[in-house]
Amino acid sequence: MSMLLEVNGVSVTFDGFRAINNLSINFAEAELRAIIGPNGAGKTTFMDIVTGKTKPDEGQVIWGDKNTSLLGLSESEIARKGIGRKFQKPSVFEAQTVRQNLAMALKTPRGPFAVLMHKKTKPNAQRIEAVAEQIGLQDSLTRNAGELSHGQKQWLEIGMLLAQEPRLMLVDEPAAGMTPEEREKTTDILKEAAKTRAVVVVEHDMEFVRRLDCKVTVLHEGAVLAEGSLDHVTSNQTVIDVYLGRSHA
Amino acid sequence: MRNSFLAQNPSMLWFIALLAVFTIAVTLLSEVTGVGLISTSFVKTLGKTLCLCLVAIAMDVVWGYCGILSLGHFAFFGIGGYAIGMWLMYARTEGIVLDSLAGQPIPPTPAEISDAIGNQIFGVVGSSEFPMIWAFADNLFVQLVMVVLVPGLLALVFGWLAFRSRVTGVYLSILTQAMTLALALYLFQNDSGLRGNNGLSGLQNIPGFEETSQATISILFFLASAVALAAGYVFFAWIVSGKMGSVVKGIRDNEARVRFLGYHVESYKLFIFTTTAVVAGIAGALYYPQAGIINPGEIAPIASIYLAVWVAIGGRGRLYGAVIGATFVSLLSSWFTGGGAPDINLGFYTVQWTDWWLVLLGLSFVVVTLFFPKGIGGAFDYLVRKPS
Ligand SMILES: Nc1ncnc2c1ncn2[C@@H]1O[C@H](COP(=O)(O)OP(=O)(O)OP(=O)(O)O)[C@@H](O)[C@H]1O
Ligand SMILES: [Mg+2]
Repeated sequence: MSMLLEVNGVSVTFDGFRAINNLSINFAEAELRAIIGPNGAGKTTFMDIVTGKTKPDEGQVIWGDKNTSLLGLSESEIARKGIGRKFQKPSVFEAQTVRQNLAMALKTPRGPFAVLMHKKTKPNAQRIEAVAEQIGLQDSLTRNAGELSHGQKQWLEIGMLLAQEPRLMLVDEPAAGMTPEEREKTTDILKEAAKTRAVVVVEHDMEFVRRLDCKVTVLHEGAVLAEGSLDHVTSNQTVIDVYLGRSHA
Repeated sequence: MRNSFLAQNPSMLWFIALLAVFTIAVTLLSEVTGVGLISTSFVKTLGKTLCLCLVAIAMDVVWGYCGILSLGHFAFFGIGGYAIGMWLMYARTEGIVLDSLAGQPIPPTPAEISDAIGNQIFGVVGSSEFPMIWAFADNLFVQLVMVVLVPGLLALVFGWLAFRSRVTGVYLSILTQAMTLALALYLFQNDSGLRGNNGLSGLQNIPGFEETSQATISILFFLASAVALAAGYVFFAWIVSGKMGSVVKGIRDNEARVRFLGYHVESYKLFIFTTTAVVAGIAGALYYPQAGIINPGEIAPIASIYLAVWVAIGGRGRLYGAVIGATFVSLLSSWFTGGGAPDINLGFYTVQWTDWWLVLLGLSFVVVTLFFPKGIGGAFDYLVRKPS
């Protein structure tokens, strides 16, 4: 089966420290996947590599049906190929309204001239409203994003990903700082999104991962330690030793 | 679309209305109507201030909206002045030379005329040859094209190199300062082809308008400056509204996020940097005929820093803030440095404003940035529905 994203033998060194060590990991079309692992395991760095923020020292990152290498591409080119990303620290445009945030993310031409001549259209407005509804912000469209609660900002950023209509969503710690009810809702949003695209979620919270009910990859010291169902990986002795045995359990 | 653009910019209509009232009032009170309550030299000061407002809104767009603290935009302003100054000086000198040679029994050859003009213009730097860059100085149209083309191309090349290498923040500011310093130092040289530190002078005399009084010319330039400012205001208000405005402000607030949304941030920065440089050039081309003289000192790095100070004091990220800052600070500055402000005798020390004005300006800048980051214009946020 052809994969949506193939990461093969990738390594990254920061000042002599190997943050990613010969990492190989694949994702299928419309797959929901959780990535767990201790702090500093390289989860965020893995996303940095896929999205073009960090250039690996070696290895391959191959995308899509045409097996395009992502390594030579800039961040914006990779994003336009259909990879969306939510940052670990919520990153929305706080000085702008929820509607403007979503409008900016909406899948429309990205060149300066097209953007300058951009006209608001009914289908786009409807799309924005649909996304806002999905993330529970339909009543906050005219509010400034800076006024939102922490959880709402996280949702808005997820909403921006949805508006981008990516084929792969990389979501870094979406539930951090959320109340239990908010977490539940976040799971629903992500599971719904994964019906039509691949969604990769990095998360520390085991309850959250359990509710996602999907294949889990455990990362440790920049490489895959275990992979499979949550029950399978949590019964793995090494995983228990390096991760679950710690405070996160 | 049109409606929503206006709806998003309630301040724009206000601004245009106030500017129109101001322009009409000044014209009516000037010497051209015979009222003469406003002297010709003050009309020129006001006209120049309008040009400074235009370059200030350009600065606000590049810095206040896009987050690029360019400390080189006054260089583009100066280039615009030089470009139009070359034609003004050439055409006027040509007129004088032709007049003085007219009485001769043998009609002068074109080479003789050209030599005589060259002598007049470049005598001060010990030369009479026309440098290459004066090749089209006799052609008003070409020089007008240069007003937009030279700042535009310089900004395009500089911006492309800087943004492509992802130079940002204070490093970019330093780089733009280096650019303007290099340009000023080059122009200071006698063999730069632009008369070294003498600069270009006599620019207030408009060829073809020898019979027109300075009172009339000053009002014409004042009106032209007002129209340019209004057009610039509408143009930039359009750029910073709508989706373009969203992306540009997004780049200011979180460049990486914009990039991961699929926007090629460098293209947008280049677009804003270049567009604002072109407008700065146009502002300069309107300013220097009113000032009468341009020399390399105008392009000195400090000038671009002042520009940033005006915008900061007036209030970043709001176009009217830039206008307020430029008007307020530049008029105050000429009052203080021009000896308008009375010196303060403290008994043991006399505060001479010509020296101490800069200290006052520097302190105001610090106070505004620390305590009123929205500047003077921020006060209007309570009146206008929505700030930037
Ligand atoms: N730009 C960088 N320069 C130097 N070291 C870095 C850089 N980025 C990441 N690292 C290091 O690489 C390792 C992996 O970091 P990464 O952020 O990928 O971990 P993580 O799995 O996301 O951890 P967390 O759960 O805390 O978010 C860490 O030790 C980190 O300090
Ligand atoms: Mg991380």
